[in-house]
Amino acid sequence: MTTLAATAVTAAYSARVVLRECSFGMSSGEVVAIVGPNGAGKSTLLRVLAGLLLPTAGSVALDGVDLATFSRATLARRIAVVPQIFDTLFPFTVREVVALGRTARLGPFGRAAPDDVAAVDRAIDDLDLRALASRRIDRLSGGERQRAVLAMALAQEADVLLLDEPTVHLDPGHQLATLELIRELATRRQLAVCAVLHDLNLASAFGSRIVAIADGRIVREGTPIDVLDAELVQAVFGEGLEVVARDGHPGVFPRVPKMVSRP
Amino acid sequence: MRTLGVLAFLAVALVVSAAAGILIGAVAIGPGDVLAALFGSNDVSGTIIRELRLPRVLGAALVGGSLATAGALLQGLLRNPLADPFVTGTSAGATLAAVAAIVLGLAAPLVPLAAFAGALVTVTLVWRLARLGGGTTVLTVLLAGVVLTSFAGAVVTFLLVSSDRLALQLRAVLGWLQGGVSVISWPELGVAAIVVALGLIFALVLAHRVDAYAFGEETAATLGVDPDRTTTAVLGATALLSGAAVALAGLVGFVGLVIPHALRFVIGATHRRLVPASFLAGAAALVLADLGARTVIAPAELPIGAITGLIGAPFFLALLVRSRRIVV
Repeated sequence: MTTLAATAVTAAYSARVVLRECSFGMSSGEVVAIVGPNGAGKSTLLRVLAGLLLPTAGSVALDGVDLATFSRATLARRIAVVPQIFDTLFPFTVREVVALGRTARLGPFGRAAPDDVAAVDRAIDDLDLRALASRRIDRLSGGERQRAVLAMALAQEADVLLLDEPTVHLDPGHQLATLELIRELATRRQLAVCAVLHDLNLASAFGSRIVAIADGRIVREGTPIDVLDAELVQAVFGEGLEVVARDGHPGVFPRVPKMVSRP
Repeated sequence: MRTLGVLAFLAVALVVSAAAGILIGAVAIGPGDVLAALFGSNDVSGTIIRELRLPRVLGAALVGGSLATAGALLQGLLRNPLADPFVTGTSAGATLAAVAAIVLGLAAPLVPLAAFAGALVTVTLVWRLARLGGGTTVLTVLLAGVVLTSFAGAVVTFLLVSSDRLALQLRAVLGWLQGGVSVISWPELGVAAIVVALGLIFALVLAHRVDAYAFGEETAATLGVDPDRTTTAVLGATALLSGAAVALAGLVGFVGLVIPHALRFVIGATHRRLVPASFLAGAAALVLADLGARTVIAPAELPIGAITGLIGAPFFLALLVRSRRIVV
């Protein structure tokens, strides 16, 4: 059982404070969705959780040990991050991209051990990439590339998986498929998953917990039904939104104007 | 297997080009003469081989190999297929430092060190400028290269005109600025070979970490690469290799750009394979380019930079057009 916990984290880019006293935790098997309006500090929170940005106050701890004490190589074995940018001008094959997940474990001169090969194979199988393994990544569709990069993160065999807007370039069908897969992997591989999601409905459907951020503060945290009520959604995201619950999952929709006035 | 095949092929190509470079020239020399020369025969052909052809061929190989390796590293680090020591201005920075060292009257063995320092300062500057550009570095790097190259060129011109010491050997310096391997001495070769070997070992050790930069520096960090240390080490290796190349041959353009780029289509983008292949292919290519430079309009000689420019510049332009379609 792994836990990743932020305690009163305040973070800033030079003088601009972006996160203020954020505290929350996550553990194996969970899928935590971070939601919030543009510029609320979602991606910054994810960067702090990944150890890419050190908090100016407070701390992030992995199984009780402060992230600041880990080297990048040690951290890469525990926390995997799925990047938002996954385009490259170089003709890496899918297998080579997945193998990048093993960077921290390779021997001198980048020699791969049998363990490394097995982990890459397993990640390729988990994401159903066998048929694409020797294809060039710069020639794949957005959805296929997303899967390759997800497999790269899985090949790290970390305990924590962090994703920044994993569905942003995908059509609704692929958004659904990707999130279903992530949720299933969280259960099967006992990963603690935290994803920044823009789409509140996807967050509601796939988050076992939701953390809502506004202006750098965590405004509410809990199950989708606890967090996404009309009061919070309208206060944080805008008056023009309505919340409709269905099967115990809240759904968020734009309020349909009764009368559209046209100039 | 395929990789080993390609590497073996490139090694054979290098040996064949080197043999051609030694045998072909203004004076016809047979294979027997070469063997005799290696064992110390003192006739005319022995002297030609030991003092002219052999250093020249070895020099060209070292220059081509190190430029191509430096190009592969730079392209990987900057995520930019249009980077190499020449277009980023790294070679120009090394040239400036080397010329300055000559003006100051530093001892000859210090010239490669000065070139290394100049390359290191320039390549670090380029990297910092590229970082300002965020994810899209292609044009930023090119613009930085243009600016640094013309600045270094201006200072070199100033030094050339104002320094008495340089005026005495103006022709030699001008030949060097155009890129040439015609007058390389054994001590020069020795120093350069050590520097190149050091840079190449660095490059081989760092290669798999450079792969991790494929999706940017931050992703390299989450994959377990210490970005500051690795970037510094890669820039250092690049500076060693381009500094040595400049100290030997001056400004030789586009080898570092064309070779790694073309090789990626043959053996893929993984730097563990790309780095050694680039060294071998770059070495063979420049030996052949030098052979061309001294035979196409014989008895006159072209500067080797003219040959690489003639072939490299159109290639570069085609690449630029292609990459503009994807990302700027």
